[in-house]
Amino acid sequence: MSGTILEVENLSVDIPVAAGMLHPVRGIGFSVSRGETLCIVGESGCGKSLTSLAVMGLLPKTARRSADRMEFLGRDIRSLREREMARLRGGSMSMIFQEPMTSLNPSYTIGNQLAEVYLRHVEQSRAAARDRAVFLLEKVGISSAASRLGQYPHQLSGGQRQRVMIAMALMCGPELIIADEPTTALDVTIQAQILHLLAELQREFRMGMILITHDLGIVARVADKVQVMYAGKTVEEGPCETVFDAPMHPYTQGLLRCIPIPGRTQRGERLGSVPGIVPNLVGELSGCMFRNRCDYASDACAGMRDEPTRMGDGHAYTCLRAPEEISGEPQAAETP
Amino acid sequence: MPAYTLKRTFVAFLILIVVSGLTFSLSHLSADPALTIGGEQASDEDIQAIRKLYGFDRPIHVQYLDWLGRALSGDFGESYHYKQRVFDMVSERIGRTMLLGTLAILFALAVSIPLGTLAAMRPNSITDRIALFIAVLGQALPTFWFALMMIIVFGVWWRWLPISGHTQWANYVMPTIALGYYATPALMRLTRAGMIEVLASDYIRTARAKGLSPASVLFKHALRNAIIPVVALAAVWFGFMLGGSIVIETIFNLKGIGWLSYDALLRSDLPVVQAIVLVFASFYVVLTLLADLLNAYLDPRISVR
Ligand SMILES: Nc1ncnc2c1ncn2[C@@H]1O[C@H](COP(=O)(O)OP(=O)(O)O)[C@@H](O)[C@H]1O
Ligand SMILES: [Mg+2]
Repeated sequence: MSGTILEVENLSVDIPVAAGMLHPVRGIGFSVSRGETLCIVGESGCGKSLTSLAVMGLLPKTARRSADRMEFLGRDIRSLREREMARLRGGSMSMIFQEPMTSLNPSYTIGNQLAEVYLRHVEQSRAAARDRAVFLLEKVGISSAASRLGQYPHQLSGGQRQRVMIAMALMCGPELIIADEPTTALDVTIQAQILHLLAELQREFRMGMILITHDLGIVARVADKVQVMYAGKTVEEGPCETVFDAPMHPYTQGLLRCIPIPGRTQRGERLGSVPGIVPNLVGELSGCMFRNRCDYASDACAGMRDEPTRMGDGHAYTCLRAPEEISGEPQAAETP
Repeated sequence: MPAYTLKRTFVAFLILIVVSGLTFSLSHLSADPALTIGGEQASDEDIQAIRKLYGFDRPIHVQYLDWLGRALSGDFGESYHYKQRVFDMVSERIGRTMLLGTLAILFALAVSIPLGTLAAMRPNSITDRIALFIAVLGQALPTFWFALMMIIVFGVWWRWLPISGHTQWANYVMPTIALGYYATPALMRLTRAGMIEVLASDYIRTARAKGLSPASVLFKHALRNAIIPVVALAAVWFGFMLGGSIVIETIFNLKGIGWLSYDALLRSDLPVVQAIVLVFASFYVVLTLLADLLNAYLDPRISVR
């Protein structure tokens, strides 16, 4: 492997709210290497977006970030000032958001918005910026790219806008690209196209990618590593195949039960979902947060400490149950 | 776009007809022009003769159509008091009022956009409070009182600025501030509200994610979108300011058409009043039209319609 791009240890985000202190991200760690795709999955509200915003230095003003380690390309980015962080953002790390309809400025042309980031980080050449924009628009599958440069966002469909956002994220040849549920707001038919496009570009440009998505089918196909988040914590992480073949945490098992399995899931059949509600994250929290939704919960779960059980090859899960107890059970999802 | 402009122009024209018709009938009902022309000593026979001579005995709509016909060809009649052509009286003074109105709205924008932006950058901070205080003060102080205070302080005590006239640029300083300050609160609040909304928008997050400089995020990406409604409001306020110029021009004895309309109202000089009302109404209508077109230019989404 040609090396680690991003390394994060024990990242927490705290936000003061009216009811007290909210702890939406509580001690997350991960790493991404060149050419590697890390998928973060978990229910909405579990802290995925805040985790990615924390890496980008784009947290809301009131939020507080702390981490034992945050290294990007060998540099400690925890202590970087806003100015230095801005030099990295859009240049060597870029982000694609969930809302393509509102993420482009309605007052400027596509060409202007694409060129601007290049002029900021790469070089002051309008001609070069324009060429790069046309090249990337073609890459992301936008037809007659050159003539699109003069168009405004409102003249494009949601899918096209998200393609433009992807092109924009690639303008300066980033090392790391973070895509936060890039297809949630799009038509189902376009979702798969966009995700495949991202995976393809990631391979072609050998970038590190953090992909946040609900689509476990896509995760199975594109992820190298999977990280499962629940209530601001990592409950399970590991190489994609291992996690899909032998999920250890009850929550992961529940999630995997939700994916349709070709041949076994009937058309129109309702897919399972993990029952119960997400816990409130305000104030001091202790024990396993999943215990009130867990089929295997016992009294001991309330006193559980965050000590992951490591299984080798990077697979780890945070649950009191021993590996022997779990692996004896029938597996939730078998790869067809 | 041309169809849109054409439609708007037609509506504007209709508004002008209605406004001028209303002023014409109301002013002829409220004051008897024959009495004005005849003066205090005129006998009943004189008044009757004047009515016949000027055609005041005709039905009001006939008089109006007669006036409208002439007005369309640029003939607004003659002042009852000054015995001068109304057209000449107005065109001689209109430039001063336009200059005052323009300076005042520019002053208002120059104060309210930076203040509103500063306030929006840190809502509820000290800067925000100060900006709000300045704005509220502008709304609370009656224009004439504010103008008089300036005259006392800068004109009488310190003698920095002339207190009346229209011949040098210094004559315009106090009237501009007095008139412009009045529009500042509304424009500032709208800038502040617009900036707060825009700064929280997804495309500002995108601009920051692109690592753009704070100045580029604030001015290129945020302000441009936030001032679109401010521009529209400024155009409306420009219309109000021409109306407000009646008070200000009278206080500072700056002889524009605001001053002239006050003078004409006191003397029941109806041809002058009518011409000025028509001028003010046309400003208003043209300004709203221009604001629309400017908005269409600033916001590319509008021009498609
Ligand atoms: N600016 C904020 N102020 C207060 N709470 C927030 C803010 N942003 C996010 N949260 C809360 O933090 C939690 C995690 O949010 P988020 O990271 O957006 O979740 P996800 O992306 O996994 O759906 C949610 O409960 C959300 O309500
Ligand atoms: Mg999210």
